[in-house]
Amino acid sequence: MPYIPHTPDEQHRMLDVIGVAGMDDLFAEIPEALRPKSFNLPEGLGEHEVMRHLETLANKNNTRLVGFLGAGFYDHAIPAAVDFLTSRGEFATAYTPYQPEASQGSLQAIFEYQTAVCRLLDMEYANASVYDGGTALYEAMMMAVRHTKRRKIVVDECVNPIYRRMLDCYTSNLHLDMTVVAHREGGSDLKALSAAVDTDTAAIIVQNPNFFGVLEDFSGLFAHARSQGALNIISVYPLMQAILKTPGAMGADIATAEGQSLGLPLSFGGPYLGMMACTKALIRQMPGRIVGRTTDSQGRTGYVLTLQAREQHIRRQKATSNICSNQALCALRAITYLCLMGPQGLANTAMHCSELAHYAARRLLKLPGAKLLSQRPFANEFALVLPRPAYHVMDRLTRRGFLPGFPLGRYYPGLENVLLIACTEKNTREDIGILKELLGGAL
Amino acid sequence: MIPSDLLYMASHEWVRVTDQEALVGITDFAQCQLGDITFIELPSVGDAVAQGREMGSIESVKAASELNSPVSGTVIEVNAELDGAPEKINQDPYGAGWMIRVRLSEPPQGLLSPEEYKAIAECGDE
Repeated sequence: MPYIPHTPDEQHRMLDVIGVAGMDDLFAEIPEALRPKSFNLPEGLGEHEVMRHLETLANKNNTRLVGFLGAGFYDHAIPAAVDFLTSRGEFATAYTPYQPEASQGSLQAIFEYQTAVCRLLDMEYANASVYDGGTALYEAMMMAVRHTKRRKIVVDECVNPIYRRMLDCYTSNLHLDMTVVAHREGGSDLKALSAAVDTDTAAIIVQNPNFFGVLEDFSGLFAHARSQGALNIISVYPLMQAILKTPGAMGADIATAEGQSLGLPLSFGGPYLGMMACTKALIRQMPGRIVGRTTDSQGRTGYVLTLQAREQHIRRQKATSNICSNQALCALRAITYLCLMGPQGLANTAMHCSELAHYAARRLLKLPGAKLLSQRPFANEFALVLPRPAYHVMDRLTRRGFLPGFPLGRYYPGLENVLLIACTEKNTREDIGILKELLGGAL
Repeated sequence: MIPSDLLYMASHEWVRVTDQEALVGITDFAQCQLGDITFIELPSVGDAVAQGREMGSIESVKAASELNSPVSGTVIEVNAELDGAPEKINQDPYGAGWMIRVRLSEPPQGLLSPEEYKAIAECGDE
């Protein structure tokens, strides 16, 4: 069957009803010069031909690499039940739950997700999610700008450079004053960060574990920033939050995370999940959807979208955000994953990944000329300084079926010899042993 | 219910001017149209407001709208009660539901008299 909703005859009848001669008249608002001359698409193909073509393309990918690549996105194991439950049609094809009477399932799933996010990050409120971790961080920053009515932002250079690039890109026309505080050997320079925060500062933005894998306790810095009237924003690795000091415990005002580590495959970069949580004082600045639990006229529990005056379908020009796609299906994967793992399972996994990384560090430090970039504590990721450029090593090992890590030189000039190495529960001690041998051969 | 001792704006704010000060709120018609008010955002003490310019926003269960200042000057007092109990605006828009007190920088121009306001706003028994 062709997947075309209406025939040319039906189109003509519809155009007649609304009183226009042809389809082009519907686009009269768009100047002729701006309309596409052609979409440059090839002729259509049959279903089988399309499948064969796509399989040919997909086979060019090497999906059998043993990976130690992290840098903000991690190849964690995903229980089979996550795929099964989230591919159910009721969830997979559900539309925006604007009509609560027809969307209780979707709404409850989002509500449970929000609850889990709050508990994991130790914060008071979470939204239904945004596009991805970087977008979440940008939205958090804008919350702070609106809330404080200030324009200066202090950003730690230890925040994921991809996110920092996003912040720059999104704010290029907003006239914010972005102050980046340089890292010190892969750690946050807490003194310099403190010194950079003043009474003009809207927010301080940090990350834990930081991009180099280093663990920080920002409690002191946050207390200082609060005394200056600035808001504290922290980006975290959600799976690791099961064993680390939480944003809430540190005194964060807004916590964001890339939720990919909670049951989402790497998928060549997406779709991912932007997690956001904040304190009660900031709830009206929170972008995107928030689901609340209430009771109906008969006293029955019901789930509804709440505080919708913040949102663009109510007041477009006043909305807290106009780019707040809710990744509902990705959020559903996250809550399904969290339910399957349970608090202890999550902590066990985080601990296991961390132990593997420490084992890897011990093994790799035996290589001649290798040393750690930072002497501070880390969890499941660490930066290893090599005696030669990391790219060179990367190329050689990739050809042998191993992705040894993330070369830092591209984002951190001066760290061309540094490789960022991450472990997940998918890695084994044998993998690490082979990695050490291969690395040794490439140095 | 349109008190005769106040002046009004077409956007449904009222003002009581005494000497160099003004008390500002929204009318009974406005609260009636909005329905149950759930949240109000007002300027802070020390902020400047300008006649006809936005000074805050108000949300109800069914809508959200801007609040415009009927006068120009400096905010000298804000009704702190409204933060925890915005329903006071529904219950008593001309009394306990007042919003801000302003020290005038200039006399307001062109506000509506009670009669003029009455012509654009009558809260029917909906």
